[in-house]
Amino acid sequence: MSGVRAWAAGRPAAARLGLALIALLCLYAFVGPHLSPHSPTDIDYTALSAGPGARHWFGTNRIGQDVFAQTARGLQKSLLISVSVSAATTALAALVGTCAGYFGGWTDHALTFLVDLLLVVPGFLVLVVVASRLRNAGWPAYAAAIAALGWMVTARAVRAMARSLRERPYVRAARHMGVRPLRIVRGHLLPHLAPFLITHATIAAAAAVVAEAGLSFVGFGVQPPDVSLGTLMADSAEVALTYPWMFFFPTGMLLCFVLAVNLVGEALRTRLDPVAAWAAVRR
Amino acid sequence: MGGGTEVSDGTDQAPALDIRGLRVVVGAGRAEGEEAEAVRGVDLTLRRGEVLGLVGESGAGKTLTALAALGLTPPGARLRGSVRLLGTELVGLPARELARLRGDRIAMVFQDPSAAFTPVHRIGDQIGEALRVHERPRPSRRAARARAITLLSDTGVPEPERVALSFPHQLSGGLRRRAMIAMAVANRPDVIVADEPTSSLDVTVQARVLAALGDARETTGAALLLVSHDLGVVAQTADRVAVMYAGRIVETAPARELFARPRMPYTAGLLSAAPRVDAAHALSRVPGTQPAPGKAGTGCAFAPRCPVSRPECRVTDPALAAVTQPERGPGRPAARAAERARAAAGASAEHLAACLYPGAGEGAGGGGLFPVGPPPAARPRATAGAAPALRVTGLAATHRTRRGGRLRAVRHVDLTVAAGETVALVGESGAGKSTTLDRIIALTAPEAGRIEVLGRDTAKLTRAEAHRLRGRVQIVLQDPATTLDPRMKIGAILAEPLQAQRVPRAEIAARTPELLAEVELGGEAADRYPHEFSGGQQQRIALARALAVRPELLLLDEPVSALDVSVQAGVLDLLRRLTSAPDGPACLVVSHDLTVVRQIADRVVVMHGGRTVESGPTDTLLTRPRHPYTRTLLWSVPRPDPGARRPLAAPLAPLSGCDTTTGCGFRAQCGAYRELPSEQKRLCEHEAPGPNGPTGASCHFPYPDDATPPPGRPAWRGRPGAH
Repeated sequence: MSGVRAWAAGRPAAARLGLALIALLCLYAFVGPHLSPHSPTDIDYTALSAGPGARHWFGTNRIGQDVFAQTARGLQKSLLISVSVSAATTALAALVGTCAGYFGGWTDHALTFLVDLLLVVPGFLVLVVVASRLRNAGWPAYAAAIAALGWMVTARAVRAMARSLRERPYVRAARHMGVRPLRIVRGHLLPHLAPFLITHATIAAAAAVVAEAGLSFVGFGVQPPDVSLGTLMADSAEVALTYPWMFFFPTGMLLCFVLAVNLVGEALRTRLDPVAAWAAVRR
Repeated sequence: MGGGTEVSDGTDQAPALDIRGLRVVVGAGRAEGEEAEAVRGVDLTLRRGEVLGLVGESGAGKTLTALAALGLTPPGARLRGSVRLLGTELVGLPARELARLRGDRIAMVFQDPSAAFTPVHRIGDQIGEALRVHERPRPSRRAARARAITLLSDTGVPEPERVALSFPHQLSGGLRRRAMIAMAVANRPDVIVADEPTSSLDVTVQARVLAALGDARETTGAALLLVSHDLGVVAQTADRVAVMYAGRIVETAPARELFARPRMPYTAGLLSAAPRVDAAHALSRVPGTQPAPGKAGTGCAFAPRCPVSRPECRVTDPALAAVTQPERGPGRPAARAAERARAAAGASAEHLAACLYPGAGEGAGGGGLFPVGPPPAARPRATAGAAPALRVTGLAATHRTRRGGRLRAVRHVDLTVAAGETVALVGESGAGKSTTLDRIIALTAPEAGRIEVLGRDTAKLTRAEAHRLRGRVQIVLQDPATTLDPRMKIGAILAEPLQAQRVPRAEIAARTPELLAEVELGGEAADRYPHEFSGGQQQRIALARALAVRPELLLLDEPVSALDVSVQAGVLDLLRRLTSAPDGPACLVVSHDLTVVRQIADRVVVMHGGRTVESGPTDTLLTRPRHPYTRTLLWSVPRPDPGARRPLAAPLAPLSGCDTTTGCGFRAQCGAYRELPSEQKRLCEHEAPGPNGPTGASCHFPYPDDATPPPGRPAWRGRPGAH
């Protein structure tokens, strides 16, 4: 108990707020559906476009579906996509970045070329084109597509760090001892990159939610009957002013999540920033 | 210039610099726990015209004290106490007034001259500016520049006109320091504060810088506060010495007296721990480490490390008091009181020590106070006919420079390390020592020449063979603080080389405590992280890691250069023990420090400009060097003994227009070459001397086998007045 308190005390208020928000949103997304008597696909013909009230907490949409349940389902999907995308981009960036930076030479040339090539591709347009082919593959395919186009900048940063770590005396010592390269990458490079990668992962999570929502909003993302925050927003965007609850709740959730993740990410960055961490270590 | 003896009229004249009760708090304004008093009440008097050496190990507060002498503090530090410059109080003086004094009455030679010069202005203009700021009527730019050139030539800078027109980054470290000195003396200050003026310089360059400092002092008559961790430098230059420990002055005395009869146990330990260049000897060690700023408890800060401390030492914090004559037996309170009274009466207060029982361990001499390591043991001689552990012949190596050119770092290196033997590779920075080591450990084909490691030609190794060989050859890199991964526990660090050779886990677990014991560390160290250890302990861990696989050849790069003297002795002892064990590894030690080499090496190989110029058994080579370069190197090492002060040899400025692509590569700087008759000169010019002449020296005209000092300009002129 005291450990938890000490942990929380060490964090600025903004980060604590962010963590609390994320916890609440997760609670809502995964426990919320069980609290509500309605399922997201049930249609309540007695309450079309009903405002928030005792029966439908967040109101209903134009065909009588419960907004609370729908938002929970959409948020669930968005969170799943964001977590998997952030994990995938971080892993890919770490792998490509460390390999390019540590091995140098042809490995570096080839990987850097690939990264540069992907960087000049207009990501959103490619997603739009690819998305139409992925219509039947379900959300993991979208997650993969988003991840495939979002790892390059991080990989370049990781490569630069790996290059400088490569010349650290302890890494040189390990090479001279005959430690195998992949073991050096795992044992010496990755632990030092971890703070940067963790920070990147949180920020990538926020970016992924926005990307997914944007894609779904323009109709290329998650396909009905599945819902995500993006599709919910798209469906209710025209009536946002007449039936604000239909638009307000999914949009609010999206905003809250992005804000919370950014707050936590910023706090992590100042705390774990590799430069700061290295300076402390070097001393 | 007389020095201390001459200036005894301090009663009617204010001393040049008088520091009283100086306290510096660092980290002020930060969180509660981070504030620490790094200087805890320093009293220091610098008389007019004298050289006061301020010695101490890193973290003792020397630099902070030196900065405070100019009324400077690093950011976030607070200054209390009194600093009087020629009677003028500096603490609390408005910034304008301070600026007027600085550079005029008091000047500083900073530790890092690359940071002290503005990179975008020419050296001459920067020195000129110091003149234009303070001199009235203000000299013209042109006049100031001309004066700057004179100042530079006064400090022994070759080609002063060229240097004056250079930008700071175009000069070498030694030249920058000398330019810094020229700038400091520009306005003939009364006090020069030199903060580690020779740290990280090669000995021969150090000799030049010390000479420049000496000349500067002689021409201006300024008093010099010389801050240094190097006892040799201080012994060579100072009239009086003050020893600092944990933010306090713990002893101060005339140089000869302090070096001959230290009374504070710390001073005694420091002196007896310093290795000597003239003989291999048993080194005494000072166990423990200096408390970090703010961590010194009540009582004497040295008490926890002091071999003769008593219970009251841990309670009472001793003040500096006069110690006039050796006290026999344990100091009784009555005797102490009498002593205090004498001090208060102003009786010869030359030798002061902050110790409750000064000279308590006097009986056995300074060295007997501290645990003394074993004397250098007779080493197992290499058995004739056995394959050498390492043989390098005709090695050459180049570095790619940033502009795409090639720099020939190593031109021709020959060396052999027999099994069980310890060979030292010495030379100055840029001599190619580290590159040589790097090429050996790479275990690949060299660009030219041949490297045989444990009987295997590295050019013919397959990958798998090279990997297997790595289990038999280990290297310890230079700075222990950076060679240990800060995120790994010691246990994991020690396991790494074993894992690389696929040693079973159970065996690794058994080996770890064994290794830690071998380097005199406790078994509980395995669960801790590198930053929890001191520099000396970190070096022990790095050694333990190298020894983990029981290597047959051990390469050591500057094994003790990052360590303080009192810690260094312990590591040297350890190295000595490890290398003289019957089944110990053959060792190749790279070092720039001849005193260290003397303690641990069986044979020495000297490198200069990428070539090995001389090799031979340590004793012979370091007492009777044959090659002119080795002589200069040896004679430029200051000895930690003010009684044996003698001129340091400074290398000669290279001859201009000397084409070293043919003939002897050392010719341009060779003192002997200049004195040769012209027909013999021709031999030097046209024929490169064989790698190993009959004398072991790569020279056409090696010195005869005696100990005459080398030719060259005496660097720090012996000052008879001070003797």
